[in-house]
Amino acid sequence: MPYPESLKKLIEKVEATRAARVERKKNNEEFPALELEERGPILENFHPDFIEGTRRKIKIGPSKGYAISNEMVDLLEAKSRVDPDLINLSEPDYETDVLIIGAGGAGTAAAILAAENGAKVLIATKLRHGDANTMMAEGGIQAADKVGKDSPYYHYLDILGGGHFVNDPELVYTMVQHAPDAIRWLEGLGTSFSKFEDGRMKTMHGGGTCRKRMHYAADITGAEIMKTIRDEARNHTDMIDVIEFCPAVELVLDDAGRCAGAVLYNLETAEYHFVKAKAVIITTGGSGRLHIQNFMTTNHYGATADGIVMAYRAGVPISFLHTVQYHPTGVVFPEQAEGILITEKFRGAGANVLNIKGEQFVYEREPRDVEAACIIRECSPGGRGNGVPTPTGKYGVWLDSPMIEMLKGEGTVKKEFPGKNILFRRFGIDISKEPMLIHPTLHYQNGGLDINSKCETNVPGLYAAGEVSGGVHGENRLMGNSLLDVMVFGRIAGTCAAEYIKDHDQIGKVNLDHVKRYNEEIETAGIEGNRISPMILPDYSNPDVREKQYTKDYFGTLS
Amino acid sequence: MTKPSEKPVDELVPIFFMGKRYDVPASLTIQKALEYAGYQHIRGCGCRGGVCGACGTVYRIPDSYKLQVGLACQTVVQPGMHLMILPYYPGNRSEFDIEELKGTGGEVAALYPEIFKCIGCNSCTQGCPMDIDVMHYMAQAIRGDIAGVAETSFDCIMCGLCASRCPAEEVQFNVAILARRLHARYGHPRAMHLKERVKEIENGKFEEPLRDLMSKSTEELKELYKSREGEPQFTEEDWTPQDARYV
Repeated sequence: MPYPESLKKLIEKVEATRAARVERKKNNEEFPALELEERGPILENFHPDFIEGTRRKIKIGPSKGYAISNEMVDLLEAKSRVDPDLINLSEPDYETDVLIIGAGGAGTAAAILAAENGAKVLIATKLRHGDANTMMAEGGIQAADKVGKDSPYYHYLDILGGGHFVNDPELVYTMVQHAPDAIRWLEGLGTSFSKFEDGRMKTMHGGGTCRKRMHYAADITGAEIMKTIRDEARNHTDMIDVIEFCPAVELVLDDAGRCAGAVLYNLETAEYHFVKAKAVIITTGGSGRLHIQNFMTTNHYGATADGIVMAYRAGVPISFLHTVQYHPTGVVFPEQAEGILITEKFRGAGANVLNIKGEQFVYEREPRDVEAACIIRECSPGGRGNGVPTPTGKYGVWLDSPMIEMLKGEGTVKKEFPGKNILFRRFGIDISKEPMLIHPTLHYQNGGLDINSKCETNVPGLYAAGEVSGGVHGENRLMGNSLLDVMVFGRIAGTCAAEYIKDHDQIGKVNLDHVKRYNEEIETAGIEGNRISPMILPDYSNPDVREKQYTKDYFGTLS
Repeated sequence: MTKPSEKPVDELVPIFFMGKRYDVPASLTIQKALEYAGYQHIRGCGCRGGVCGACGTVYRIPDSYKLQVGLACQTVVQPGMHLMILPYYPGNRSEFDIEELKGTGGEVAALYPEIFKCIGCNSCTQGCPMDIDVMHYMAQAIRGDIAGVAETSFDCIMCGLCASRCPAEEVQFNVAILARRLHARYGHPRAMHLKERVKEIENGKFEEPLRDLMSKSTEELKELYKSREGEPQFTEEDWTPQDARYV
């Protein structure tokens, strides 16, 4: 729906200050960024991570005692979906060299590299190949490849500053050093990056970057990358098989403690299948669909932390899950699009963030956690109370997209942001003329499974890459480093898993003993609630209808 | 902020999902309306944000014979609409090795010879939920204009609705991605700075500065972080920093 009169009146205040703001921007006069020392107090007072009572310590498992969000702990303190004794492990339904769980950016990149290195690959995925957060990433992918003005040295510093200096140094080193080659790989596969005529990559700033190193494909960079590498995977049907709508629910180990496959659940026939594999790569992505603290999310439908749950039961520790990323700019109006991501690229291109008075209150390129906390402070009654009210009683602030037209020429918004242009046009809003109303929205799982720079976990033969892993982003990821993460570490995981199976082609006696032990541990710890996990899919169905679903067997055991 | 499942409070309107009537709140998208009706989507639901192509939908409103299309996650319900979601379409795809191709229009025609069967009926364009002029890019493909196909089809989400409407059994979305890949790979010069930077990294140019950073204390890192020289927002591509030791 278009903006109602009440909001149109408020937009006039944005228009009143626009010309002067554009002038300042053109002269590189920026709203002052916060000093490093000023970030802490704002985060502690206004970032959702710091709200008391929203985290608790995990009672069991390899990271027992670690306090993370209640929603994630609920999944970890839960029993297996299926009685391990029921699964027939004597006859595998599928056999492969490398099993990849999750078919987003990391999984697909891993598949291509594993296949190139001679391994037969099976990808098992919950939804369709490519239905993943990678597809939804908009703004860009970082790599320090502008010779003479940028380098992995500065990329490293930016990442550490954004992540509060607690990132895993080896992982950061690996990511910044492999970044240019990842972009070169994508360029070679025919990814439509925005380029100058002479072939140089166009790059821009993101929050917390000191050099312009954000490569992009208009405002649908992730979709462009995902479509390209998915298409490439489909050129290797001799080596790569994909099973869709078949999420993994447990890992399978052998008697030497190595990972030897997984149990899949067929969402349509409700069967469980056993896949025997010499190595397994977990690339299941994030967990926005847990709606931590009831936040809306930008994440795709399947982002439910399945990989974390499976690997944790198999003994893989987790870290950096105590912080969650709220993207500063999610749609808050119109209601139908609520929570949808508005790329940081708008701010990278110069769009200001403004309160109800049409005034700036934050530098628009702060790291994401700081930017989000400042917006929440502006909106919340306990903060400054300068939020813009929506017709349904929520609050947001303006993101002034029309000023991009004045900074970079008429038609820029339509050309550089086609995805968002069409989204808002469907609701009768022209974002080249009217600003967008936004509020922070649950976006990214900063932490996850512990891996080393070869993507190995502590379980031999088990690898992880992308959002499911933790460490490279520390406590807060910068824009453009998640697409980079999935490309760099997806490729490494595929290469290393293919290498590993050359020396480890014998699988011992397979079992699900770790699952049985975990179920027992839950009993021993006195954990109540009879929860099961992984969640697989969120349930948004009407509670009134659910009450009458006396026998839900037509959907198997989904719930 | 609320979860999508929380009950909205506006008037209910009837919709017919695969012929069956449900009364749903008038302001919801088709996707959320079906959840309100009690469905837990398995197929036909992906990003919920209009970019993945999982929820292409065909619908008709009362008293009209016209079939319309949209994405279930983006299209608001209309009273009396009849609809179905098309979660999959069995279109043909030709395998290729991008290294062996050269990026000519003839290569697209060789991999998808059926493009010449296009009868120009425009059903594909009318069937595109992204408002892409599909028939136009098919004409461009027939003419061998790869750059044109790449530009016209850039927003394609590969939902398959175009192919489902095509009387000539074209698989437009696979033709389009082939052309986009060929154009991106061969229609522009490669980025030489990338090649050069990869070489520098292979030769270990940044090894020592990075290892040095990795050994520093948090306090030292904070000082270096604070003193980074920022590339201005509005500056030419050839801007260079004053401190060129690490670039």
